[in-house]
Amino acid sequence: MNAVTPTAAADALIACRGLHKWYSGVHALKGIDLDIRAGEVLGLVGDNGAGKSTLIKCLSGVETPDDGTIAVEGRTVRIGTPKRAMRLGIETIHQYNSMVPTMSIARNLFIGREPVRFGLGGVGLMDQRRMRREAVAALRDVDLHLRSADALVGELSGGQRQGVAIARAMHFRSRLLILDEPTNHLSVKETEKVLGFTRGLPAQGVTGIFISHNMHHVLETCDRVVAMARGEIVLDRRVADVGIDELHAVL
Amino acid sequence: MSDTTDTTAPPATRRPDRGRRLLKVYLEKPELAGLVLLVALVAFFQLRSDGVFLSEANLRGILGILPEVGLVAVGVTILMIAGEFDLSVGSVFALMPMSVTLLLNEGVPFAGAMLLGLGVCACVGVVNGVVTMRFAIPSFITTLGMLFVARSLTVVISGGFPPLLPLDIPSWLFTQFVGPVRLSMLWFVGIAVLLGLMLTRTNLGNWIRATGGNLEAAKSMGIPVQRVKLFCFVLCSMLAGLAGTIQVFRLGSPLPSLGEGLELQAVAAAVIGGTALAGGIGTVLGGVIGAVLLRVIDNGLVLTRVDANWFKFAVGTLLILAVVSNAWLRKTARRLKVET
Ligand SMILES: Nc1ncnc2c1ncn2[C@@H]1O[C@H](COP(=O)(O)OP(=O)(O)OP(=O)(O)O)[C@@H](O)[C@H]1O
Ligand SMILES: [Mg+2]
Repeated sequence: MNAVTPTAAADALIACRGLHKWYSGVHALKGIDLDIRAGEVLGLVGDNGAGKSTLIKCLSGVETPDDGTIAVEGRTVRIGTPKRAMRLGIETIHQYNSMVPTMSIARNLFIGREPVRFGLGGVGLMDQRRMRREAVAALRDVDLHLRSADALVGELSGGQRQGVAIARAMHFRSRLLILDEPTNHLSVKETEKVLGFTRGLPAQGVTGIFISHNMHHVLETCDRVVAMARGEIVLDRRVADVGIDELHAVL
Repeated sequence: MSDTTDTTAPPATRRPDRGRRLLKVYLEKPELAGLVLLVALVAFFQLRSDGVFLSEANLRGILGILPEVGLVAVGVTILMIAGEFDLSVGSVFALMPMSVTLLLNEGVPFAGAMLLGLGVCACVGVVNGVVTMRFAIPSFITTLGMLFVARSLTVVISGGFPPLLPLDIPSWLFTQFVGPVRLSMLWFVGIAVLLGLMLTRTNLGNWIRATGGNLEAAKSMGIPVQRVKLFCFVLCSMLAGLAGTIQVFRLGSPLPSLGEGLELQAVAAAVIGGTALAGGIGTVLGGVIGAVLLRVIDNGLVLTRVDANWFKFAVGTLLILAVVSNAWLRKTARRLKVET
């Protein structure tokens, strides 16, 4: 059942080998081997607590795996921090909101990556005109039309916030975009929009990882589906070769 | 990702609409309520005192110790915006001038003594920050401990009786009058403006607000949250020490009991000025307004011949009102989020 290859596929953008993660007593990842191929949208499914978020946190530098390696385009890297993940072209939309509600859309878009004038040691005056201008463009690029980039994120609806998160990830031209349950709490219409956007990632030259509890969404959106249970990968198939009943049976 | 062109589309009912508008005002101008209250109180005291309140002599009185309280309030405000708390400022307020005076009496030159004194404060800030973050305990507790430790150190190094400041130091840098105010007021305004700009215009300010506003989000976006908090702890301690030193230059001798209870006044000033206890919301101007409000109430009560012991009553009432409205607004925010 486990279709993982021992050596990385030639077209692997990211290759994980033997990833382990413990949270004090909890063994959240038990030796994950996974290739993410350039240009695919990978669906990641699994029950609550299966370890999906933990796996992608290791990729986005929020957590450090206790054992195992991660290679980007064949080169083994130590991701370690979110900054380094971003520099490697890995952008993540986390399961729990990664926006600061008391700050404006423009500031949220550039958190940690503010364009700076007269900087000294990494600290300096923000180029607010440029932030506002680019924020408006970034929102337009993901088809999100808000009156101004100065509105506070706390005033937005859940769907609009998700849109801002996607705009942020796209603005920084990532190679890999990870979406951890991006359709939670969204209306049908907004969900459709996120799914359509995710499907369109390869056309923009971006590889995607899409996490969801909705099998229909995964089968509609992804090229390949990986199922996790109790910290292990229990299924790895092309979407064309897997039925929804089989997915449900595995989980 | 809806297509709405208006981010504040009116919800179906009236009440949340009003709540939303209030919330928006509060988030964008958290110091506004304090400012309105300040203007109202000034007008009230001016009328009740038959015009004496805004006379030059009385303004001198109000503004005389404003820089000292204000600097502390500004530091506490910035630290609170970053999501942490400092109860040790009152003790540091006494520790730095005591250290500076002893160093001066040992023959250390003025600039060197000031720098060493600021260094002592920085060390206190580092200990506050490192202990809080390393052991993941509330800064409320860490700095409560530091309140006692720094006070005790002050008494111990004073040797039991307050030393005198040497007379040949350039303390006029802070105490000289220019017009109705002392030079310390210019220091205070200059520092407050610089810190205000830091908070609103620099990326560091963005990180401070993000760290207090949503710690997890800030971390996941690669902000060095620990270093940001440490910076705020150190800044807060150094401002408190500087404020205490300015007071001692004005008084001439460092009492070991200086600044007792100041930490609560500073927190009150920050909160009355609109700073949220939970972090992420607040402005430097708000902290300044809060500090001015406390001075105005203190002075106004005396001037209108109300028993001065009502001061703490008034401050306490204001503080509770500020926190209650703060909590109400946050509840409104949560309800609005559920609705949308
Ligand atoms: N910060 C943490 N501290 C302790 N345990 C954690 C932490 N984060 C996750 N865990 C544990 O690790 C396991 C995997 O959690 P993870 O969040 O990766 O699951 P998930 O597959 O994303 O689930 P969900 O579908 O509910 O989001 C769970 O048992 C969880 O309790
Ligand atoms: Mg998860």
